[in-house]
Amino acid sequence: MSIAEATEGKTTELKIVKDATCTFCGCVCDDMELTVEGNKITKAKNACVLGKAWFFNHHIEDRPEATIEGEPVPFEEAVERAAEILTSATYPITYGLSDTTSESQRVAIAITDWIGGTIDTTTSVCHGPSGMAFQGVGEVTCSLGEVKNRADFLLFWGGNPAESHPRHFTRYSLMPKGQFVPNGRKDRTAVLIDVRKTKSAKAMDIFLQIKPRSDFELAWAMRGLAAGIDIDPDIEQITGIPLKTLKDVVERMKAAKFGVILFGMGLTMTRGKHLNSEAVLALARDLNKYTRFTAKPMRGHGNVTGADNIVSWSTGYPFGVSLTRGYPRFNPGEFTSSDTLARGEADAALIIASDPMSNFSNPARQHLAKIPSVVLDPKLSETAKVATVAFTTATYGINTSGTVYRMDDIPIPLRPAFESPYRSDEEVLKAIETRIREKQLAASAGG
Amino acid sequence: MSLFKIAGGTVYDPLNNIDGEVRDLWIEDGKFVEPPSDPGTIPARTLDASGLVVMPGGVDMHCHIAGPKVNVARKMRPEEKRLADKVHRTAHTRSGTLGSVPSTFATGYKYAGLGYTTAFDAAIPPLGARHAHEEFHDTPIIDKGFYVLVGNNHYVMKQIQEQEPERLKNYLAWLLQMTKGYSCKLVNPGGVEVWKRTGGNATGIDETVEHFNVTPRQIISGVSQAAGELRLPHPVHIHCNNLGIPGNWQTTLETMRAVDGHRAHLTHVQFHSYGGNPDEQQTFCSEVPQLAEYVNTHDNLTVDVGQVMFAETTSMTGDGPLGYFLHKVTGRKWFSGDTEMEAGCGIVPIVYKDKSMVHALQWAIGLEWYLLINDPWRVAMSTDHPNGASFMAYPEIIALLMDRERRREVLERVPSSVSERCTLADLDREYTLNEIAIVTRAAPAKMLGLRHKGHLGSGADADVTIYTPDDDIQQMFELPRFVIRRGVVVVEQGEIREDFAGETIHVAPGYDPDAVADIQNWFEQHYTIQFANYAMGQDELPHEHVVATE
Repeated sequence: MSIAEATEGKTTELKIVKDATCTFCGCVCDDMELTVEGNKITKAKNACVLGKAWFFNHHIEDRPEATIEGEPVPFEEAVERAAEILTSATYPITYGLSDTTSESQRVAIAITDWIGGTIDTTTSVCHGPSGMAFQGVGEVTCSLGEVKNRADFLLFWGGNPAESHPRHFTRYSLMPKGQFVPNGRKDRTAVLIDVRKTKSAKAMDIFLQIKPRSDFELAWAMRGLAAGIDIDPDIEQITGIPLKTLKDVVERMKAAKFGVILFGMGLTMTRGKHLNSEAVLALARDLNKYTRFTAKPMRGHGNVTGADNIVSWSTGYPFGVSLTRGYPRFNPGEFTSSDTLARGEADAALIIASDPMSNFSNPARQHLAKIPSVVLDPKLSETAKVATVAFTTATYGINTSGTVYRMDDIPIPLRPAFESPYRSDEEVLKAIETRIREKQLAASAGG
Repeated sequence: MSLFKIAGGTVYDPLNNIDGEVRDLWIEDGKFVEPPSDPGTIPARTLDASGLVVMPGGVDMHCHIAGPKVNVARKMRPEEKRLADKVHRTAHTRSGTLGSVPSTFATGYKYAGLGYTTAFDAAIPPLGARHAHEEFHDTPIIDKGFYVLVGNNHYVMKQIQEQEPERLKNYLAWLLQMTKGYSCKLVNPGGVEVWKRTGGNATGIDETVEHFNVTPRQIISGVSQAAGELRLPHPVHIHCNNLGIPGNWQTTLETMRAVDGHRAHLTHVQFHSYGGNPDEQQTFCSEVPQLAEYVNTHDNLTVDVGQVMFAETTSMTGDGPLGYFLHKVTGRKWFSGDTEMEAGCGIVPIVYKDKSMVHALQWAIGLEWYLLINDPWRVAMSTDHPNGASFMAYPEIIALLMDRERRREVLERVPSSVSERCTLADLDREYTLNEIAIVTRAAPAKMLGLRHKGHLGSGADADVTIYTPDDDIQQMFELPRFVIRRGVVVVEQGEIREDFAGETIHVAPGYDPDAVADIQNWFEQHYTIQFANYAMGQDELPHEHVVATE
C-alpha cells in the first residue's frame, strides 16, 4: 500500500477552517474559510481565482516519500544520502525557499552554514534588483493597511495585479474604504504604467503605455518634473508618453495626500533592472518633500518575503550569500544560483520548494541536471525529476502550520486544512541537518 | 544535585551590598543557592576565581537587536560589513556578520562575549511581534524581551480622547499578552501619527494631533498611569518628542512632569537634553544639569543614556519624522516604514565624528548624564545600540566613566567650544567598579523589575561574568575571562564554548475579557490581517519566561 493510500478514508469528516491563509501569492490573504472533506478542500470562501486553484488542485499525490535516482527508498536512507551529498561537495548551493515556511527556511540556512555552502532564493530572479536598489537609495514604504487606510493616489508600474495578485485591488489598494479614504475607489486616483494594456488597465483612471525598455528614462524624467526641472519634450520619442501627460501625472502625485507606487517585475526584470527600481524608489522618496509618498515591490511567491527576512537576519544579506569561507559574503551575480549553475561552479544542490529546471537558463539547467542534488517538493516538479535524492513533502499552509511573511513584511501564522501523509519541509530538513551535524562532529572528534 | 562553586573571586554584587569582597558563590540547577550548611561539602565542579573580578551577567535594557526595523537595517547596509570583523562558523556556533547591525547569531555571541546575558529590544510594532520573536529564536545565549510601541497607536489615542482609562488599561494588557511583550513604549507620542498623515511632526507636547484630538502630554500621562495601574514590572518607557532638536530639553522636562508622579523610564536621554535654538547651530549646548537635577529629586523617574561614540553607525528608530530629519541632514540613504494603526520607522546611516562640534557635544552630554545623576541606581548604561554606538562600545564607556583623564584627553582633541557648552570638563567624578556593576547590570535589572537578574543572591539566575583585573579598564571589560549562563561556562576568554537558546521574557497582565469585543470591532474595521491571526500562539515560544505583574 502506498503512502497516499494509507491515509485514504482515515479522515473523512467535514470541517471548516476559519482565518486560514492562502500562500499562493505575496498578498498572503489570511481570511480564507476552507471547507475540508477528508483530505480535500471543497470550498474556499474569500479565495480569488488563483487561491481557489491553489486550494482545490491540492490533492495528495501518490508518490513515494523519498527516492534515490528515481527509485523509492526508505526515508532514513534518503536522509543519509542527502547528508552525504551535501557534506562531500566542495561548492554546494541551496536554492528556492520562497514557497515554504519561515521555520523550514531557518533550517535550510543552518544546513548551508554548517556545510559552507552558498544560499540563494527566488528573490534573485524576481525582486533581487529591488533589493539591490534598496541598498543604494533606501526605501520609503508602508504596510498594506496604510495603503488601504490612507492612499489617495496609486501608481502601479510594470505589473498586472488584476491577474497576478487578484485580491490586491479589492483588499488592500484600489477599492477598500479606509480610515482616511472613506469612499474607497472614489477617493483614489489610480495610474498604471506598463508596456501592455493588461486587464489591470481597465481598473485605472489613467493608463500610460510606455515603450518597452524605457522605464528608467520615464522614472528619471518624473523625478526631474517633481523637482521642477525642465524636461526635453523628446521624452515622448523615448518613452511614448507625451510630456504634457507626464506633467499632469506628476502634478497629481504632488497634490495627493498619501501616494503609493506599487511596482512589479516589468520594472525590475527589464533593461536597467536595479537602476529602474532605484529610480522609482528615489521618485517616491523625493515626493516626500511635498507630501507623503511610499513605494512597495509587489512580491510574487507566498513567502519570498520571509526568505529575504530570514536570510538577512541569519547572514546580514538578503540573497546570493556565500558561506564557503566560513562567514557570509554577498555578491549578486557571483553567488546567485542561476549564475553559479550556468558557470558550472556548483557541484551539489539542495533545492527547496522551487523549480529551477523549469525556469533557469539552458546552461544552468544542463549543469543542475548533471550534479548530485537533493530536492524537496510536494509535486513531481521538473527539478524533482532530475534529483539524485527527492523528498515528497507536505504543502505549506495547506498541510503544515508555520509562519509566512506577506509582501509588506507582516508575519502571518498558517492554519493547516488537513494532515499530509508526507513530512513537512522543516521535518525533512531537520533530519538532514541532524545527520550532517552527527557526521561533522564525529569527524572533528576523530580528526 | 550537581553543585558548582565559583571560588575565591572578588565579588561585586551591589543589590546584595557586596562591594569587592572575596567570596564563594554556589550554583545548583542554574540558580544561585545558599552555601551548603556542611562546610565539608564538595561541589561537582569548582572554578577558581581567585584574583578575578566577579559580577552578575550584564543587562542591556535598551537596544535594537531584533524585529522588522533592525532587519531592514541589516539588508540596507552591505557596505559596512565588507571591512568589519567576521564571525566565523565554528564546530558549535553559526557564522554571522557585524558592522553596526550584527546578524542574529552574531548578536547573541557578541553580547555573551562581552559578559552580557540579558538584552531588551526597545521598539517593536505589535504587528512585528511575531517577527521579533522569530529573530529571538535565532539570537543565541542571551535572554531577551521587547517593549511594544503604543505611543501612536490609534486605539490608544482614541481611548485617551474619549476619556476611557479602563478601556485603555485593558487594551494595553491585552496587547502585551497578544504580542508577548514586556512593557509599553512611547516613541515621539503623537508625532509619528502626524508624520504618517501629513509629513510633519508634533513639535511640543501640548500640540494637538489632528483627527485624534489628543496631545502628546495626554498620551504620556494616560499610558504612564495605565502602565502603573497594571503594575507592570517595568513602567512606561519613553522616547520623548523632539529627539535631537536643539532646545528639546524643555520638552523633556515637560514630559517628566507629564507623568505626574507615576513611575516612568526616560530613554536615551542624551538625545533629549539639548539647549539652544533649532535654527542656530552656534547656540547648541547642554542642559543636562537642570534635567539631572529634576531626576535626582524625583524618584519615580529612571533614565538610560544613549551614549554617542565616534564611529560609523546606523540610526534606527520608531520615530518616523526623525528618520526623515536625519536623511535631510546627512543626505544619506533613508528607509521609512509606516505600520498600519500602530507605528512608524526611520533608518539612516550616520557617522559620529570627533571633529564635529555637534557630535562631540552629544558625546559629552551623554557622559554628563552618568556623572550628574547622584544615585547610580537611577541611570542605566546604554548606547541605544546601534543609534549612539554599537553595544560593543560599552567597555570604552566604562573606561571613560572610571578615568577622568581619559575624558579630558578626548575633550582636548574635539572642537574647543565643546567645553564651553557643557560641564563635562569640570566633572571630576570617577565611577568605582561597584558603580559600574550598578549601571551595567544591577540597576537595569531593577528598573526592569527582573528579580532573578542582575544579582548573585540565592534564587537568582546563575548568570555571571568574571573579569581579569587590568589597569587598562577597557581591555578588562572587552575580554571577560569567563561568562557563565545558568551555571554553565559559555564563554572563555572571548571564545564561545557552548551554544544555548536563551529565554524570551514577557509579561501576561490580566484584562477584562468583556473589553475585547470593542478592540475586535475596531481591529476588524481597520487592519488588513485577521483578528485571530494577530496574537502569538500559546506554543510559539519554545523558551519563555513570564514575569508576574503583581
